[in-house]
Amino acid sequence: MSVFSTPRGIVTRSLEGSPGVRSRKRRGAIVSWIYVAATASAVLALAVLLWTIWDRGASSLDLSFITSKSSSRAERAGIGTALLGTLWIITLTALIAIPLGVGAAVYLEEYAPRNWWTRILQTNISNLAGVPSVVYGLLGLGVFANILALGRTIITGALTMSLLVLPIIVIAGQESIRAVPLSLRQGAYALGATKWQVTRYHVLPVAMPGILTGTILALSRAIGETAPLLVAGASGYLTFNPDSIMDGYTVLPVQIFYWTSRPQDEFRELAAAGIIVLMIILLMMNSVAIVFRHRFGKRARW
Amino acid sequence: MTSPPTSIDKPAVQTISRKQSPAAERHIEEQVVALNDVNVYYGNFHAVAGVTFNVPKNQITALIGPSGCGKSTVIRCINRMNDLVPNARVEGSITYHGVDICSPKVDPVEVRRRIGMVFQKPNPFPKSIYENIAWGAKINGIKGNMDELVEKSLRQAALWDEVKDKLKESGLALSGGQQQRLCIARTLAINPDVILMDEPASSLDPISTLKIEDLMRDLVRDYTIVIVTHNMQQAARVSDQTVFFSLNEERRGVLVEASPTRDLFTNPKDQRTEDYITGRFG
Repeated sequence: MSVFSTPRGIVTRSLEGSPGVRSRKRRGAIVSWIYVAATASAVLALAVLLWTIWDRGASSLDLSFITSKSSSRAERAGIGTALLGTLWIITLTALIAIPLGVGAAVYLEEYAPRNWWTRILQTNISNLAGVPSVVYGLLGLGVFANILALGRTIITGALTMSLLVLPIIVIAGQESIRAVPLSLRQGAYALGATKWQVTRYHVLPVAMPGILTGTILALSRAIGETAPLLVAGASGYLTFNPDSIMDGYTVLPVQIFYWTSRPQDEFRELAAAGIIVLMIILLMMNSVAIVFRHRFGKRARW
Repeated sequence: MTSPPTSIDKPAVQTISRKQSPAAERHIEEQVVALNDVNVYYGNFHAVAGVTFNVPKNQITALIGPSGCGKSTVIRCINRMNDLVPNARVEGSITYHGVDICSPKVDPVEVRRRIGMVFQKPNPFPKSIYENIAWGAKINGIKGNMDELVEKSLRQAALWDEVKDKLKESGLALSGGQQQRLCIARTLAINPDVILMDEPASSLDPISTLKIEDLMRDLVRDYTIVIVTHNMQQAARVSDQTVFFSLNEERRGVLVEASPTRDLFTNPKDQRTEDYITGRFG
């Protein structure tokens, strides 16, 4: 007799549910409420946070706040310089980190042999993704600012940020490339394509939406990072706009951090307004990532 | 090695159908591919042992046998697709027109350029029907009127009438059977010498299967075809030569018998072949 045989009498039992079934269903209902509560508390915390920030910062938020430079007088101070610095840093970071990250991902997935050396490489990339960001700041200060004598400039900040997001981009890239079906590669190889032709015309186009999604999420994390740039030389107080990569700079989170450490209440309000601007940028970037995932996710089916 | 065919114009396929390919009636057959004592290993696993058979020109050679006996492994050796499998190792000699294709001097890209392949599951590129066909020609540097090549390949694959009005649509929008014929057309567009088919009809319905089989009988006048199939009736219907594989006591794939198809099915030389084709095993 099989261990998993149907209990005797299941056919004749009432279809309205036995006590055993009812108790199982009750347990299911309780558990589902626990999950709802967990989700609700997270959403609630976020809502409270957003409301507090909005309540404090909305009054300072206007066009002159967004375009003005920093000032020691709260009513004249604005976020313009920091916004510009953030744009500089994130654009340069994207230009540096995307080609390097995608290149590394392609190498590791398509070209690298599977041996102990690449396994060590792989493990270390995963480890790098978990290194605290302030460590990258120290690295940037030591290597780029001091040894390479780039100073406390935009390029130092962008290189530091590139190191920070590189492991995330590599891992996201690898995952998207790995998700490209083997049958597609085989079809291309069978036509006499070289590895580069297969990668260039089939693997990368299919993997690109995933790579871009991962990249945008990595960059939006970088935008909110304070510690590495604080260490690698972003200024808290800057009264001129940078206009080359060798200029000093500040970024939104550093500016916000600087304002929160000022004793005057007016500056706290500025900080809240700055946070609203930062949040709007982050939401915009994440929406772009979601659009990418949806637009291209639907097309890929095998 | 023969020089690669550079022109896209081959004589148009004739429409009269014939039961046997011309070469089958000739006495001296030209062997396009010859396998001699081929052994395949995946890491430490000895998957296929001591396989020897020839693939005659302008004939269909069918590889049959139970699951896991190494038919697909063997067919993938012929165009070096096993190179793509990590840890796969091929020993023995596989010659193509007398050239050892396993030699390190031979470029697998050149081999696959001449020995095309159609896979078990249709795998069109997620691109338009037109691009599915034109891409292979483009990367292989085939010049000429691309529109003509696309039409000719689709006609050869008996797909033109069904898709001529939607060449810009995605190849993935076609039905399974149409997708498989698109993959065949894509292979024909680079004008190969040999076409390998790894269970090309196993995921298709009976009508699509019949279409693919008819197509193979048409194509074999211009090409040499090797097909792996699970379906004995299919092998009996389409092939000129049948190669029967089985597993030995060590669970390695071995070649049991390679004979003209009619002989293998009516008068098998080996007891194991007889057991398999009569349904007593497998």
